[in-house]
Amino acid sequence: MTDLSQAKPGLSIVEFATRRRGRKRLDWTDWLTYLYLFLGLVVMFTPVLWVAISSFKTPANLTEFPPTLLPYANQTAVVEGHDEPLPLFDVVGEDGESRRLAQLRRVGIQAQMVDPANPEERIVVPVGDATPVRQLYLATENYTNLLTSSGGQIWRYLFNSLFITVVATAITLVMNSMAAFALSKYRFRGSNIALVSILATLMIPATVVLVPTYMIVAQLGLVGNLWGVILPTVATPTGVFLLRQYMLTIPDELIEAARMDHASEWRIFWRIILPLSSPALAVVAIFSILSRWNDFLLPLVVLTRRESYTLQLALASFQTEYGVRYEILLAMTTLTALPLAFAFIFLQRYITSGIASTGIK
Amino acid sequence: MSARVQLASAAGAILSLPARLIEPAMSGIQRGVGIKRMPWVFLLPNLVAVILFALLPVFINVFYSMSGSDRLFPWDRPFVGGANYQSLLDCTNYLDPSTCSRDLFWRALGNTMVFVPVQVICMIAIALLTAICLNRDIVGRGFFRGIFFFPVMLSPVVVALTWQWILQRNGALNGLISAAGLTPVNWLIFPNTAFFWSVFVTVWAHMGFYTIILLAGLQAIPRDVYEAAKMDSASPWRVFTRITLPLLKPVMLVVFILAVIRSVQTFDELYVLTGGGPGSATMLMVQYIYEVGFAAQPRNFGLAAAASLFLGLALLIFTGIQMRISRGGNND
Repeated sequence: MTDLSQAKPGLSIVEFATRRRGRKRLDWTDWLTYLYLFLGLVVMFTPVLWVAISSFKTPANLTEFPPTLLPYANQTAVVEGHDEPLPLFDVVGEDGESRRLAQLRRVGIQAQMVDPANPEERIVVPVGDATPVRQLYLATENYTNLLTSSGGQIWRYLFNSLFITVVATAITLVMNSMAAFALSKYRFRGSNIALVSILATLMIPATVVLVPTYMIVAQLGLVGNLWGVILPTVATPTGVFLLRQYMLTIPDELIEAARMDHASEWRIFWRIILPLSSPALAVVAIFSILSRWNDFLLPLVVLTRRESYTLQLALASFQTEYGVRYEILLAMTTLTALPLAFAFIFLQRYITSGIASTGIK
Repeated sequence: MSARVQLASAAGAILSLPARLIEPAMSGIQRGVGIKRMPWVFLLPNLVAVILFALLPVFINVFYSMSGSDRLFPWDRPFVGGANYQSLLDCTNYLDPSTCSRDLFWRALGNTMVFVPVQVICMIAIALLTAICLNRDIVGRGFFRGIFFFPVMLSPVVVALTWQWILQRNGALNGLISAAGLTPVNWLIFPNTAFFWSVFVTVWAHMGFYTIILLAGLQAIPRDVYEAAKMDSASPWRVFTRITLPLLKPVMLVVFILAVIRSVQTFDELYVLTGGGPGSATMLMVQYIYEVGFAAQPRNFGLAAAASLFLGLALLIFTGIQMRISRGGNND
């Protein structure tokens, strides 16, 4: 039997792991590259990981400095005669012997303790002699508290965010692909003017026309209404452009054949062109979902009522309201980031290729 | 038929209902207007939205900037000519913002003028370095690409709160610093450190986007050019400056323009991270527009519109300079 490790004598494990096509050994530029990439890994990834870990810490654990790496909580014990579980401490007595006691209360530098085995006798201990007994503990109650706090308002915010994202994306897809269909499959007077005026809006950032956009939304009676955030964002010039470029590659013969069969123009669009454009539609959809879910300035200006807040607005306002309640804030930050993190794992290929080919976001 | 199949077909019927209603309506329209005008029917919804929410606002914005009072609707607003611009530009000494009647505008403008070049240059330098590393023949390319890209997906609020949590007084960074035996710093309290972290956090959040574009640009450079350089035993630095950079130039221009347009409009991250503070040290133009037009009472829409026209102008100038530089470079 051939032993695989014997196949190439003189090949160390490091060399084996770093062996590649072409050249045999890593030169200094490769080491530099790996060094940089691992540094990048730390800088890019640990902040988010740290927030996720922190969201499982208890409030007491969160205020500790220096912070603990993993979430810890004081171990507690139920002692006869007390309703609440009491925190446990290791106390070094005068004889140098360590005992595990439960703390009743702390008065200045003295703490009243009790032995769980002998709940009748109270012991007064200097605080300096007591060290808390700690254990790894995932404070999942941060999340349950968040979901139930203020009457489950978070579900409202989640619904608002989902509603805006789904409806705006659906309208964007239909409207942009209709325009793209007209601009790619018909020759008519004014098509160039229409294309240029749509693409010209690329040069008009939403922040520059914030005041008039708000005015038009107000004129439509949509301040504080989710539709007030949906309507101004649906006509994306990049979406029209991307879909038009894609539809140009679909052969016109398909349309001619359908016209021979007396299909209406809408039917041609809906039944032939749209299904064939699905790769481009997927890219437009992903970017629409991303930007609508993450949108901040327009919702901040338009959605003035608490009930109409999106997750992002609620999260930003939590920052000031729950300023001291970090555990709630961290749990909500993690929850808000989670859907996109999952989506990213599955859609990374589409997203990166979409960006690389169009530069849209 | 099982319950699940029934449910699925019912859901399918409900979802396709709008489409089924639209089809007869659209063929009715087609009979009415004739096939020649159908492209306009297809264009109509998008054009209405574009005109209503992009083209029209540009003109209304100009009127806003030339009208006063805190009334929202243009027909309620008295025409004041250049008063808003005069108020913005009213300074006794242009080098000292505190002598201006709208000193916050000048501070925001000054901050933006520093922030944009610093942030864009840092971001593109790091994005280029990352793209070059990712373009090499390395193990785990897809993994590392994902790692550098994923902050782009995070919402600005999440990004800001994440870094706030790390930079706060008892945060992880100060934990590391005190573990190393140094004195912890309250990062977001001092103007200089707050400004540094504003740049850092926005670069952290957006560089992945530009890395992907630059990586695509690098991959489009033919391999045999590098092979030829290797034959001539050119140094890596020479290969970079004489081959990679010149061939990457068109992509670099796109990246620069996109980065500048977005950098000038930075708002969300800093609004949550620093709130423009300490004082006004990290307040940029968009936040000024928001504060003046929407957060302050009474709302001064005229001033906000005038400031946003300045912002639009700044964007045009920045983009124009870049086009100029790139065209100038092509001549030699």
